[in-house]
Amino acid sequence: MDEVLLRSLTPSVIGILVRRGADFAAAEDAVQDALVAAVRAWPAGAPRDPKGWLVTAAWRRFLDATRADAARRRREGVAEEEPPPEPGPAVDDTLLLYFLCAHPSLTPSSAVALTLRAVGGLTTRQIARAYLVPEATMAQRISRAKRTVSGVRFDRPGDVATVLRVLYLVFNEGYSGDVDLAAEAIRLARQLAAAVDHPEAAGLLALMLLHHARRAARTASDGSLVPLAEQDRGRWDTGAITEGVAVLQAALARDRLGEFQAQAAIAALHADARSADETDWVQIVGWYDELVRLTDNPVVRLNRAVAVGEADGPRAGLAALAALEESFPGSAGTEHPVPRHAAVAAYLHERDGDLAAAARLYTEAARKATNLAERDHLTRQAARLNARRML
Amino acid sequence: MAKYLLLKHYRGAPAPVNDVPMDQWTPQEISDHIQYMNDFAARLEGTGEFVGASALAPEGSFVRYDGEGRPPVTDGPFAETKDLIAGWMVIDVDSHERAVELAGELSAAPGAGGKPIHEWLELRPFLTAPPTVTE
Repeated sequence: MDEVLLRSLTPSVIGILVRRGADFAAAEDAVQDALVAAVRAWPAGAPRDPKGWLVTAAWRRFLDATRADAARRRREGVAEEEPPPEPGPAVDDTLLLYFLCAHPSLTPSSAVALTLRAVGGLTTRQIARAYLVPEATMAQRISRAKRTVSGVRFDRPGDVATVLRVLYLVFNEGYSGDVDLAAEAIRLARQLAAAVDHPEAAGLLALMLLHHARRAARTASDGSLVPLAEQDRGRWDTGAITEGVAVLQAALARDRLGEFQAQAAIAALHADARSADETDWVQIVGWYDELVRLTDNPVVRLNRAVAVGEADGPRAGLAALAALEESFPGSAGTEHPVPRHAAVAAYLHERDGDLAAAARLYTEAARKATNLAERDHLTRQAARLNARRML
Repeated sequence: MAKYLLLKHYRGAPAPVNDVPMDQWTPQEISDHIQYMNDFAARLEGTGEFVGASALAPEGSFVRYDGEGRPPVTDGPFAETKDLIAGWMVIDVDSHERAVELAGELSAAPGAGGKPIHEWLELRPFLTAPPTVTE
């Protein structure tokens, strides 16, 4: 039984139930039940028409639940509700579901959870495990999210950018528990890029593929981080790179550049270099300039400073860093520093030959790190320099 | 079974025997230390005694209610005076003796020179639900 095939049918089956008059929350519950039933009923293989099977099973469950509900309402003396109005013109149901689950009225964590369940077809338990929260907590988060969007009309597309942000969040969460969130985000982004004609949807898919391609090379066998320059490029996934580059090129040809396409272009230039030394840093700086033009924020400026340091030397990189601090005061401070600012400063000072400053900054960067792998890596960097200085 | 919280301190615990800041170790010593901690947690999972663990960022703050309609007051981070937790681990073990034994093992994690840190860990029993049989 192909679980991914089964899950890929989730949004369109929910869409069919909603078009038949089910409200979204009830339809979503019914489809989840049908998915669970399918896993039990299809041990040997999917039926010839798996979607038809799921629609029938989900609709039956929806009717059962509605009847039970109606009986309860009659007992309680509540009037029957008016049947819902006819749905509007047909837009791809899968696409409408993406918009609904990423609706701007939802908080990011609710949108992520609802998307994974109603578009991704994951169970509440799987989502809870992936985010390391109790299942009851995740169940509440999802049912509150469903209540929040219950009044939203299911007939017109929303803003693709909100959907892309949600998928980006899922991707960045990476991997814990039995669900690979990065792979799931790629599946959802691929499905979205097929359903909507939007260069940034393609840009995000390309970005995910190109980063995912490096995953195996990014951690050593002991779990420690391997920086890009030191990765064994033979372990990069060439299939994912080829697909990512093709998706990106098609998107760029549309001449509607956006943040995700520019970020993917940078990732593609790294993927293109057979060794770290062959990296085309001048072109990468060019793409960072585009990113600064599209979205001037301290994180982009910080990454640009790294690229400038590689293209024009560490002094130029440090000058770019100083310019960042001028444009965004406090970016190097202790209150709300730009993440990784101290780490970048440390790296540039080391390349510039100032090992004492670099070691001090690596220690500071470790203290400010927001995840364990990065903190351990930065502590090792500080230790490496301190050991060298003592020789 | 009884649950215990093991607390590791950045500050506030008595000084360990092998008291060298981590950025003065060699990179290999750091890797060995991390490996020891990971192996320890994996072994407790294997024996069915591991509940959870997490490291904590060193910079935090105090927060308190400041009255109706006012934003909460925050204070800190504090420089050198305060007790500061670096991380926690919760274990579920058969006896207090077993909890002490495990805390001792964790404290033997290698540090500078590959020698055990002899770090002081704080061991705190959880308060439990009342037992069913009381007489």
